Amino acid sequence: MSLAEHPHPAGCPACVAAPAAEEIAAGVAPPAGPARLQLSLPGIHCAGCIAGVERALTAVPGVEDARVNLTLKRASIDADAGTTPADLIAVLDRAGYEAHELDATALAATETDREGRDLAMRLAVAFFANMNVMLLSIAVWAGAADATRDLFHWISAAIAIPTVIFSGRPFYASALSALRGRRLNMDVPISLAIILAVALSLWETMLSGKHAYFDAALSLTFFLLLGRYLDHKTRASARSAAEELAALEVPRATRLRDGAEEEVRAAELAPGDMVLVRPGGRVPVDGRIVEGRSEIDRSLMTGESLPAFAEPGSPVAAGEVNLTGPLTVQVEASGQETALHRIADLVAVAESGRANYSSLADRAARAYAPVVHLLALAAFVAWMWISGGDMRLSLNVAVATLIITCPCAMGLAVPAVTTAASGRLFRKGLLIKDGTALERLAEVDTVVFDKTGTLTMGLPEPADLGRHARRDLEVALALALASEHPLAVSLARAAKAAGIRPARATEVREVPGYGVEATVRGQQARLGRAAWVGAEAEGVTATYLRVGDSAPVAITFTDSLRPGAEEAVAALTAAGKRLLLISGDAEPAVRAFAARIGIDEVVAEALPEEKAARVAALSREGHKVLMVGDGLNDTAALAAAHVSISPASALDAARVASDIVLMGEDLSALGDATATAVRARARIKENFTISTVYNVVAVPIALLGFATPLAAALAMSLSSITVSLNALRVR
Amino acid sequence: MEVLTILIPVSLFLGAVGLVAFVWTMKARQYDDPDGDANRILNDDYDDKPKG
Repeated sequence: MSLAEHPHPAGCPACVAAPAAEEIAAGVAPPAGPARLQLSLPGIHCAGCIAGVERALTAVPGVEDARVNLTLKRASIDADAGTTPADLIAVLDRAGYEAHELDATALAATETDREGRDLAMRLAVAFFANMNVMLLSIAVWAGAADATRDLFHWISAAIAIPTVIFSGRPFYASALSALRGRRLNMDVPISLAIILAVALSLWETMLSGKHAYFDAALSLTFFLLLGRYLDHKTRASARSAAEELAALEVPRATRLRDGAEEEVRAAELAPGDMVLVRPGGRVPVDGRIVEGRSEIDRSLMTGESLPAFAEPGSPVAAGEVNLTGPLTVQVEASGQETALHRIADLVAVAESGRANYSSLADRAARAYAPVVHLLALAAFVAWMWISGGDMRLSLNVAVATLIITCPCAMGLAVPAVTTAASGRLFRKGLLIKDGTALERLAEVDTVVFDKTGTLTMGLPEPADLGRHARRDLEVALALALASEHPLAVSLARAAKAAGIRPARATEVREVPGYGVEATVRGQQARLGRAAWVGAEAEGVTATYLRVGDSAPVAITFTDSLRPGAEEAVAALTAAGKRLLLISGDAEPAVRAFAARIGIDEVVAEALPEEKAARVAALSREGHKVLMVGDGLNDTAALAAAHVSISPASALDAARVASDIVLMGEDLSALGDATATAVRARARIKENFTISTVYNVVAVPIALLGFATPLAAALAMSLSSITVSLNALRVR
Repeated sequence: MEVLTILIPVSLFLGAVGLVAFVWTMKARQYDDPDGDANRILNDDYDDKPKG
């Protein structure tokens, strides 16, 4: 697909987009010298597979090195420029391993998970420092006094200060950017607590005071980094799986130059080039047909389930699928200029609206941070007044209040729950691409479905074979066997399953774009388009059969249901959601389908803008809309919806626009996803309550000046462990 | 209490060794493929000598 280079949407635009974009920019530069190829190996699972694949690959001349990554189920191969992925795939196929080519540029961002490694490094440093300072602190709590205590405090300071500077950076950066935007987020009180705790402890140490909070500042940093790391890991694994989907669609085209065919990257095509599109292939560019007749499947672009006839002069657009005959297309626009790409740009605009969603954690922080800061300030002022100006004592109390109320548990409350919930859904085949997707999914009250390719497989199946005479079906089967057209293939499969045997046919000939004709039992027979066969076209997907001079027969098709679609609809209805079916397909087909699956509200023949407008209108009425769709005509609606889901078979643009991608074919996970999201939100709120309860108990102690570093450490650890355990209940 | 002058540096040193070891494994990208590494020990390809 020509969209493979399109950057994926980042979870939180402020914090994730920047490093990801940097990595993409760094990774796009073509590697010099020997090329690095990436193959996806979905079937490998054991030590034998690793050895087998590596041995098979390194035996190929031109391959310098091959390394399998079992975790990602990928192989990366260093080979000279003459080696193509197709050769290597053939080699692996012979060795018995399924392999697919991956587009290296689309993988660039996941290959180096810089942010994750960076966080892990900070986490490790914080852990090391925390353990050492904690050891010294225990000695102090156990009764070390005078010079020993001072020495221990000085060593702690020497460890804690550099660590806090290094490990705390993600918090300071986030807090600064929030403050610059005149907002408050969770990182503001966190940063303040860490910095003030260390500064005050240093001052206390200089005055050889009794209490130092180095251990508290470090455990705070450690626990919060842990939450941050968990959060990042979940999102990174979902993102890398989503990117692999995109990378599997390598944007390649067959260019015709002086009568010779050559394989080129779709991005290299220029207007005026001739491109060959084989049957079953996706059109890589916008253009006009100059040679060949065929049928074009536009369902991903428009939602129409009926294939359109195409002949020289007809326009084609990138993303459409050629069904029957080979086509030569003259390029009018390629790459960024195609209609497909322009729609993807529209999506980017629509998406910026969603960035305004503020997560539960941010909302909690907005309520929480001012209270904490005012409380600490009040404690300081009050103690100054009580103690008659004892700055040191008052500052101690204020900092103890800040540390004890620091949202340590809150920082863990959300990531721990989303990690557990995302992990659960990941095992069911749902990729949560966006950090707040689960929270938004929990609020949904209206679900809008697309029809073709979403609730259906986009694969036709004969509607009523039993209606036709057996003789006709025998002829139809004989003709259908000669074609690769999806209708013919499906008809042949269904007829064989019904026990029909093909009639003897001679002079079988496929006419691309029209159908198949042959001589059967001394009569000419045709199976194909209505006009070609001489029949009256019906409003539904159908192929037409005429034997000799008898009246033509229409064999109608319906789209086969996606597995789990009925369960998903039933589960969502049972959960009290309002369901709508909005399709670009013709009215009768949509109505019949809606009745079959049990959706009452139907909008048919909807243009892409209408879909998006409808979703926007529902949102304005105060509904929280979940959009489930797969086509290019859905992308704007996907981006406009409160939260969106697309199946893995969807167009890349649609997957990029959605928050959640459904791996595999089964839709039944949808019901479970909404239920899990609701449960996850409940857990997050419980966790907030737990943290608040801890604060309600601990704050008075701090305010009265009874808090010691030991009490702070105990309160912090207990509340962090409680929220983590509570989060595990979502699994 | 004089033993502290030995014990504290020793504990800090040992901790630092652990930290440096972790940083090295991280930089050497030893966490890129945990499943693969778990399985690779079952291969007898490089049992005699390390990969050249």
